[in-house]
Amino acid sequence: MGENIMVIQLENVCFSYPNGASVLDSLQFKLRRGEKLGLIGPNGSGKTTFLHIIMGLLKPSSGTVRIFGKLVETEKDFRIVRQKVGFLFQNADDQLFSPTVLEDVAFGPLNLGKKPKEAHKMSLKILKDLNLEGFADRLTHKLSGGEKKLVALATVLVMHPEVLLLDEPTTGLDEDTSKRIIHILNSLNISCIIVSHEYDFLARTTDEIYSIQNGIIVYDGVSADLHSHYHRHSAGKAPHDHMGI
Amino acid sequence: MIQESFTAGHTQIHRLDPRLKILFATLYSFIVALSEGFLPLFAALVLSFLLIGLARLNIREVTKRVVLVNGLIVLFWLVLPLTFEGEALFYLGPFAVTREGLNVSARITLKSNAILLVFITLVASTSIATLGYALNRLYIPEKLVYFFILTYRYMFVIEQEYQRLVKAAKIRGFHPGNNLHTYRTYAYLIGMLFVRASARAERVHNAMLCRGFKGKFYCLREFSFSRQDLIWSAFMAIAVIGLAFLEWVKISW
Repeated sequence: MGENIMVIQLENVCFSYPNGASVLDSLQFKLRRGEKLGLIGPNGSGKTTFLHIIMGLLKPSSGTVRIFGKLVETEKDFRIVRQKVGFLFQNADDQLFSPTVLEDVAFGPLNLGKKPKEAHKMSLKILKDLNLEGFADRLTHKLSGGEKKLVALATVLVMHPEVLLLDEPTTGLDEDTSKRIIHILNSLNISCIIVSHEYDFLARTTDEIYSIQNGIIVYDGVSADLHSHYHRHSAGKAPHDHMGI
Repeated sequence: MIQESFTAGHTQIHRLDPRLKILFATLYSFIVALSEGFLPLFAALVLSFLLIGLARLNIREVTKRVVLVNGLIVLFWLVLPLTFEGEALFYLGPFAVTREGLNVSARITLKSNAILLVFITLVASTSIATLGYALNRLYIPEKLVYFFILTYRYMFVIEQEYQRLVKAAKIRGFHPGNNLHTYRTYAYLIGMLFVRASARAERVHNAMLCRGFKGKFYCLREFSFSRQDLIWSAFMAIAVIGLAFLEWVKISW
């Protein structure tokens, strides 16, 4: 019953930049509770734009955005959305702006109205859950790229989001950090949209993969199928042979 | 860029409530800057040395900074005695060296060193992050405090970006010289830095909005005022009053 609750629904969403270039063209998208979707697409195809529209950071030129079944339009509507939808930015340096890790992780809970003591406790707990014990007093600008990413993930997860949007979470990370992120994502029981260039990463973290092209989102296939050979299923669901197997 | 090389210690001075340190350093600077008598100025310098000793700071690092500031002060010694109007002590060729000029130079030297040492001991021994939150607790306007903290956070990122741009220019054979091409390249470089900084500012703001930022910052840190702090504040109050007293009674030298 609860499985079919629509978490995010975009209808006929169009978006073009001030210079007139159209990025999204009558895009349709649905995310149900518990679904984990991967989204793949070339540079400049509008993946980030798509996520920013869901978060209310960009306004679509036309079309509607519904989150948890409710139409969201104004900044006020989106403020409520942002308490339930976590967004991991592509560049962790953009996300971590406080001097120390603890202060950065506690920023979200404090904004949600938690008392400093409680925010402090929540932050330490999430750092422990992500195996980042001992990071609390480290300076954010002195962390390595991988550490920054993991801490950025902690700053989002500490707010206990119901949906998680990730923009290129593994870009520029080493194998080890990627594995840790995959492990964390797989242990979470929440809906996700993960934007990535890497089929392999999406295959290991999502159930289904979509691709964005020419301003619309199209279904690519079940992640597990794509996983077995790490390339795009150009034949789609039609029966086909794999040469050499 | 900023090494924060004095924050590592664990002396009493390091453990003092940062609010107390800021308050005392500020008050002390005003008293010293306004003092005219040599007695209070020497007393202040002795006090500054005493504090440096108590904080057990790395003497080499302290000396480096003191030398840097005194390099500037040498310029005063070269110019002021010759240009200040007053009673001539002796003559250097056609120039008269005045007593008043020497006095002013000596005062500047004493004042600068006393204030510099106290700031190194008390303010530089506190991490920038802690300073920010202490300023916040001292009711410094929030905007200024966060301007300070965010500047500190992103200075490193902007410096990295600058280094990347410089390297990109270098690997394509750029040699700075005294020509239009060099000036134009640097202008582009700085322009690009501003463009990137403002684009980053927008992304950071977006990231903050996504975590529920409503225009108000909340402070996580609680400062507690301990017994130790109380004893130190008494000592600091006596020091400040003592210096003011020495200046006020004007014991002549």
